[in-house]
Amino acid sequence: MTDVWSFIFGRLGWDALPFWDAIKDPTTFNIINGVIAGGAAGLVLLGALATVVWITWAGKWRYLWTEWLTSPDHKKIGIMFIVIAMVMLSRALIEAVFMRAQQAVGLDGGFLSPDHFGEFFTTHGTIMIFFMAMPFLTGMINYVMPLQIGARDLSFPIMNQISLGLTAAGAAIVMISLVLAPFSTGGWSGYPPYTELAYSPDAGVDYWIWAVTLSTLSSTLSGINFAVTIYKKRAPGMKLFRMPLFTWTALCTAILMIFGMPPLTVVTALLALDRYLDFHMFTSDLGGNMMNYVNLFWAFGHPEVYILILLPFGIYSEVFATFSGKRLYGYTSLVIATMCIAVLSFTVWLHHFFTMGQSASINAAFGIATMLIGIPTGVKVYDWMLTMYRGRIRISVPMIYAIGFIMLFVLGGLTGIILATPSVDYQVHNSLFLIAHFHNMLIPGTLFGMLSATNFWFPKAFGFRLEERWGRRAAYAWIIGFMLAFFPLYALGVMGMPRRSLTFFEPAYLPWTIAAGVGAIVILFAMLFLLIQLWVSVRDRHSNNMFAGDPWDGRSLEWATSSPPPEYNFPVIPEIHSRDAYMAEKEQGKAYQVPDEFPDIEMPSNSAMGVIIAVTGTAMAFGLTWYMWWLVILSGVVTLVAVIARGFARKTTRTISGDEVRRTHLAWLEHIRRTTPVDRSKEQTSENRGLPVPPVEGAVQ
Amino acid sequence: MKGFSNSLIPLSRGGPILFVMALLSGCSDSLPGFMNPQGPIAEAQNDHFWFVVILTLVVVLPVIVLTPLLLWRYRYRGNAVYHPHWGNSRWLDIMIWGVPFIIVIILAVVLWRKTHELDPYRPIASDKPPLQVQVVGFDWKWLFIYPEQGIATMGQLVLPEDRPVAFHLTSAATLQTFFIPALGSQIDVMNRMVTQLHLQANNTGQFQGKNMQYNGEGFHHQRFTTRVVDDAQFDDFVSAAQQQGQALDRQLFNELNQQSDAVKFARAIGLNDYQHGDLMTFSPIPSHLFDNVVNHAAIAHEATNNNNQETTP
Repeated sequence: MTDVWSFIFGRLGWDALPFWDAIKDPTTFNIINGVIAGGAAGLVLLGALATVVWITWAGKWRYLWTEWLTSPDHKKIGIMFIVIAMVMLSRALIEAVFMRAQQAVGLDGGFLSPDHFGEFFTTHGTIMIFFMAMPFLTGMINYVMPLQIGARDLSFPIMNQISLGLTAAGAAIVMISLVLAPFSTGGWSGYPPYTELAYSPDAGVDYWIWAVTLSTLSSTLSGINFAVTIYKKRAPGMKLFRMPLFTWTALCTAILMIFGMPPLTVVTALLALDRYLDFHMFTSDLGGNMMNYVNLFWAFGHPEVYILILLPFGIYSEVFATFSGKRLYGYTSLVIATMCIAVLSFTVWLHHFFTMGQSASINAAFGIATMLIGIPTGVKVYDWMLTMYRGRIRISVPMIYAIGFIMLFVLGGLTGIILATPSVDYQVHNSLFLIAHFHNMLIPGTLFGMLSATNFWFPKAFGFRLEERWGRRAAYAWIIGFMLAFFPLYALGVMGMPRRSLTFFEPAYLPWTIAAGVGAIVILFAMLFLLIQLWVSVRDRHSNNMFAGDPWDGRSLEWATSSPPPEYNFPVIPEIHSRDAYMAEKEQGKAYQVPDEFPDIEMPSNSAMGVIIAVTGTAMAFGLTWYMWWLVILSGVVTLVAVIARGFARKTTRTISGDEVRRTHLAWLEHIRRTTPVDRSKEQTSENRGLPVPPVEGAVQ
Repeated sequence: MKGFSNSLIPLSRGGPILFVMALLSGCSDSLPGFMNPQGPIAEAQNDHFWFVVILTLVVVLPVIVLTPLLLWRYRYRGNAVYHPHWGNSRWLDIMIWGVPFIIVIILAVVLWRKTHELDPYRPIASDKPPLQVQVVGFDWKWLFIYPEQGIATMGQLVLPEDRPVAFHLTSAATLQTFFIPALGSQIDVMNRMVTQLHLQANNTGQFQGKNMQYNGEGFHHQRFTTRVVDDAQFDDFVSAAQQQGQALDRQLFNELNQQSDAVKFARAIGLNDYQHGDLMTFSPIPSHLFDNVVNHAAIAHEATNNNNQETTP
């Protein structure tokens, strides 16, 4: 019986239930932790169940399958990426609140167990990087980039499905680990030897390894897809130096993904060899060395930082130019700065471990290389300020995020320069100062960028504007909450408080941890406001309809389509003659023209590949984690068969007739003729129906 | 408790970190960490910290000051000039590339010199010979070996005032980071590897020491008190330890290798009223204890009183 059990379930046992300790040993402390963990598991199960019930009740399974899950449309895949990101953001944010709450009462005490706290900071970091930020920006590039370069889809639409499938599988594994615990306590960076079998024998680190591996494979494929698309599928006349800044940063991000992600795939695979097959890559004995892990990890880790920040730079470039009603200042400068950052990002990884005992000269060289990145970054900030200079600035929701970003981000830059200085880093390394620094880059930088982009492009994707009042409240709550939650961490770091501390014993820390806890609660409200904003926007969607397609007096090609755009994006591929292609058309009165003819359009046909990979990826990772070898082999075979079968598929495209395209396009143009253009003072009212009157040059509006 | 009411002030937007920094430097006497330096290394780090902050503010401050001004002056309903097609200026470009470039050059030169000066491997110049201390990180406790004195301690690191200390460090378990914020640099401690650190304390007193690298459930308990005393008191401490210390034999060493914090370890060896931060002393200690930990070699079965151990270079 036990043989059959262990064949089927591997090492999975009752003790994997998150409240097992509380049942076995019901002390108050264990019950509190059991209730938190069990509650989380319950939420995951309830959430999944509620989704299934709701889809069944609404009778939407077929719609979901044909219109979304099997769709190769880059726009839909982009939206699905962002949905994953939002779900994961909610979870990781709640985890952050628990950690802040623990530290707010953490003077020689607290309510979380050490293991539970360890899982919190590990899943928080892993999710925020791999399953929040990465899917968010991958989704943004997916949605916007092909529209901006005048393409119909990515170069490899099915590979795009597979990227989504792999990310979904990784996210699913992290969610499953809430129900069948534990997760790793080794932090998002998973340094050995702590993550080796000798110190972490349970399934936690294995969950982490496979979740991260799935995510990195997904991002490598996405990077290849984006780069090839930008190189090969630009519309005629869209020279590299006519591309919008967003697309430029997407290109740099794609290049960084291609070169930056594989080191992590390799290093997690090597760690897996250590754990599964008794290799000694990173152990202390038999020739292993954990320093190799640290080097390889940051050979990924540092380019990753710029994967996370370059795209937001592109987003802010679009937002500042659009809402200042003005051409972007220093386009060439910005492109060069972006490329400089992309190249330099590969030369600085050692600054993540200045304290590992290298010689002073090595540390100094890497410190200087790191500070060099400050130059192009500083240039960008001033370019955005000069974009506002002599503009006509409208403080819309995307713009609030952008302004919050520019003023907070420079402070993160300042503390970055401090950390880049080895002699000072020896004091603040691994302290909460570091935590404050990278949150200062990633929240105002990446997250505000993504939220700004969401508010900016949402009307394009769904055909109605996001409601502004709750949008503003959310934006201000994010900004204030961020400052309250993370500025105290700078102080704590300078006072020598280590990161990942469950408990501390210095009374001087307490006021600061309480302030940070209050900040975390403000951020929780910011998240709540975002959800309210979404709800209110959906409720009022008819009065904020944006079918005409250009709510913000946009500059690049995506605004030259209806909202939402037809699946083929453009009835006829446009010809580009300058930067800010759509703005130029509008200024010359050449927007909204009827093409001479409407040829048939060939689009990729639906495929189940993405779904298959998502299922087999999840199953394989789960099987590997719990030693269910039959499941590993089964999912491997299914994947292989699916890939081979896909090779025999002959009918990979379908044709949309020119007549249908003509009907759709003429209907849209007819809608535009019936739409009243509004000037920018009414931009945020219901009168804005997506047809703008631009500000008048040189005049008071 | 002065910090609490003030810590809420970052609510106001713009430059709040400056305020926090000013606050930190203002009431630094009561603060732990290098804002209240107790040795030459921490003092130099403090100076360098403020140098970097002030120089970098040259680029950072204009952003924080000018952005609100730009927002006001070029607001939609304003009457400032509007040039939607203006997007280039050679002089402005030279400024925005040039100023950060010059600042980074200055920072880089100072960085190069300071990194060498404050290199943790670099001995501190002094007319006194450095005190040799060997540090072994166990899962979740630190063992301090004084090879020249033939003693070892746990819970407290006792150091003489105004005399350089030369640390050799290794880990018997996971990666850890040894750190006494008030005195100076932190350094990683790794299994089978030896790192070095040089510190000096200028004042007597008690300063916290800690592990900065998470290594499991006892991580937050892996701390110690650094007690800096004058020379006479240090000699007293050494002779007391030599006479009253517990012999560090193989059995006790095996107990050290168990995953436990200092208190649990003390209970296991029969010290029932030991508390975190108390002093535990060991003497005699096995010869070549530190080297044997580094090389994963068995330690001598009997502890020997060897006052002249070789230190690992």
